[in-house]
Amino acid sequence: MSSEELDIKPEELLDFDYDPPQKDWMDPSVAFRKGTYCYSAAPKNLEYLGLPNPRDWQPHDKDWKLPPDWKETILDGMKDRLSKFRSFQLFMDICVRCGACADKCHFFIGSGDPKNMPVLRAELMRSVYRNDFTAAGKILGKLAGGRELTEEVLKEWFYYFYQCTECRRCSVFCPYGIDTAEITMMARELLNLVGCNINWALEPVANCQRTGNHLGIQPHTFKDSLEFFQDEIEDITGIKVNLPINKKGADVLFVVPSGDYFADPGTFTLMGYLMLFHEIGLDYTWSTYASEGGNFGLFNSHELIKRLNAKIYLEAKRLGVKWILGGECGHMWRVVNQYMDTMNGPADFLEEPVSPITGTKFENAKSTKMVHICEFTADLMQHNKLKLDPSRNDSLRVTFHDSCNPSRAMGILEEPRYVLRNVCKHFYEMPENTIREQTYCCAGGAGLGTDENMEMRMRGGLPRGNAVRHVQMKHDVNRLACICAIDRATLIPLVDYWAPGVEVTGVHELVGNALVMKGEKERELSMRGDPLNEMEDDEDV
Amino acid sequence: MLRDLLSRKRSSIVEKWFDLLLETYPEDTSKFLRREKDPFANPVRNTILQGIEGLCDEILKEDESPEALNAFLDKIIRIRAVQDFSPSQALAFVFFLKTVIRDVLGKEIRENHLHEPLLLLESRIDEMALRAFDVYMGCREEIYELRVGEVKRQREAAFRMLERSERAAKKRLEKQETSSRDAD
Ligand code: SF4
Ligand code: SF4
Repeated sequence: MSSEELDIKPEELLDFDYDPPQKDWMDPSVAFRKGTYCYSAAPKNLEYLGLPNPRDWQPHDKDWKLPPDWKETILDGMKDRLSKFRSFQLFMDICVRCGACADKCHFFIGSGDPKNMPVLRAELMRSVYRNDFTAAGKILGKLAGGRELTEEVLKEWFYYFYQCTECRRCSVFCPYGIDTAEITMMARELLNLVGCNINWALEPVANCQRTGNHLGIQPHTFKDSLEFFQDEIEDITGIKVNLPINKKGADVLFVVPSGDYFADPGTFTLMGYLMLFHEIGLDYTWSTYASEGGNFGLFNSHELIKRLNAKIYLEAKRLGVKWILGGECGHMWRVVNQYMDTMNGPADFLEEPVSPITGTKFENAKSTKMVHICEFTADLMQHNKLKLDPSRNDSLRVTFHDSCNPSRAMGILEEPRYVLRNVCKHFYEMPENTIREQTYCCAGGAGLGTDENMEMRMRGGLPRGNAVRHVQMKHDVNRLACICAIDRATLIPLVDYWAPGVEVTGVHELVGNALVMKGEKERELSMRGDPLNEMEDDEDV
Repeated sequence: MLRDLLSRKRSSIVEKWFDLLLETYPEDTSKFLRREKDPFANPVRNTILQGIEGLCDEILKEDESPEALNAFLDKIIRIRAVQDFSPSQALAFVFFLKTVIRDVLGKEIRENHLHEPLLLLESRIDEMALRAFDVYMGCREEIYELRVGEVKRQREAAFRMLERSERAAKKRLEKQETSSRDAD
């Protein structure tokens, strides 16, 4: 071969277009590529809840079958909410586009799609606000950053506001405290007005309205399940734990997310609760009516939040309890902390929560009367009320994922860590900028944790997965603990893809393993039914 | 000879390759990917860079290790397989290496008549591209499996709930039978 023959310029060999099409952010066109969006809500669910425009449609359809006056409806809805919610008006007005939030969203970090920058996500709505609700926008239109609300814009809203998990990570970094999650919530409310909603967020609401929980589990099935777990515990410990259901006059009403009695690994955590309450002799009760702590209303509208949340106080009143204890759930605590008191309170028929075992007053639950299980358990541990054998968790090398809502909306940061440190000897933190208030989302919250949205979830789950992988490589971590039922479902595929080999666990599952109960038989099995000793052998291999 | 040249220019090859790869992202994104160096605030940059460096080192060796090549390709492709790219867009970066090498070493290659080793090197890059297809398909298959796995888990959970109910019904029946027998 002569060199002349080969003197080909690389660009002749490889004709690649290195420049991706650069789109103006104002261009609203989105491609609904399978794997990156959630399916629409089934008409039966809209009908059941009395929501507008029930119909068969899918986001990838060309025709969304919008009502003829859809635009007016949305703009009127916006006007109404701007006057009702001061924060909404403020968030529309005060953003200075400083960009501090821009690179803080897990969806932007993982996807590289600029419209996932919180500032641009909000801008999708702000541009319409400018166009129709500000003087400058009305006159100058596009020049003032205004955009007309077209069907394309509406589709873009749907795509990107159902691509925000309302996790509030961005708000931690905004110097003005702008909370893009609240903007997303408004956008979803508006989309709901014209029947543009997703099934994964709405069906649980319809179920909850009907049976008391997201999964549509009926009272007798709920009871059967708890009895089953009672038997499981007896097999493991030799002790038949108390199982009070709908018990009038109990001290405490206990509410958990339905995921905990529905699917593993939540069920192991539920067994942990049962054992703990039995061991300390807590006078408490489960409820078949308030059989759901979670509240998917939060992912649709304020009105639906209120409807679902009301059940908890109503049941507390009916049963005549003194206060309420809540299990390991994420967004339940956002609702409790942020909305319950104003929406359905004041619960002055309840008492200020005091632990009957330690006498501790839970000051922060003074007005809602609802205490987080991790606070309750940490308090028991601090007062040495529990006998624990952390060596039973020796085969586990644990890290803790702060779920967005308990950490950012409630400040539950130390309690779960305190509990974990008491029940297992190998605990390792992920890097600082990925935990506590700065925690990265599981990317499946706010109703997005559905299988058809898997590709998008993996994008958004990348930052969390990367941090888990880091501690897996560095410390051989094999368990990812969390205190949220959505996490316990959505983190499973996330770690399978980004940090394979790590398993997901609830905190009280590990409490159940370590708890030494009075009169128990020699423990051979973990909550999962794995031989405790063999688990140790596994590690040696 | 070519290998020596490549080794000497390793850092500028890595840099240019990485740069071209970043160009496949929208401008706002590539700016961020360039600027933010913290591996946990910007995991995409960090992981892709590790992949690029690893691949460069492997290709510089006389015998690259297939496992190592796959592992470094996986770092990059696992990310791009879930981002908004078509398969060809996701994998084009492998071919960028050819351009980069010609760019960085074009003069030396011409002056020293290194076209033959260059062609050999380029076929190794082609091989790497074939490997990349496999890795990409593997990642996409994983995504489908995750989907199926999730549906299965839900179905299994529902099934187990049913079992728990059936078991409870059976127990209730047994209890009734014993108590009616006791009464007899
Ligand atoms: S709330 Fe979370 S998901 Fe939504 S824009 Fe902010 S960081 Fe992203
Ligand atoms: S940090 Fe706050 S003010 Fe700055 S761009 Fe983001 S939302 Fe706007």
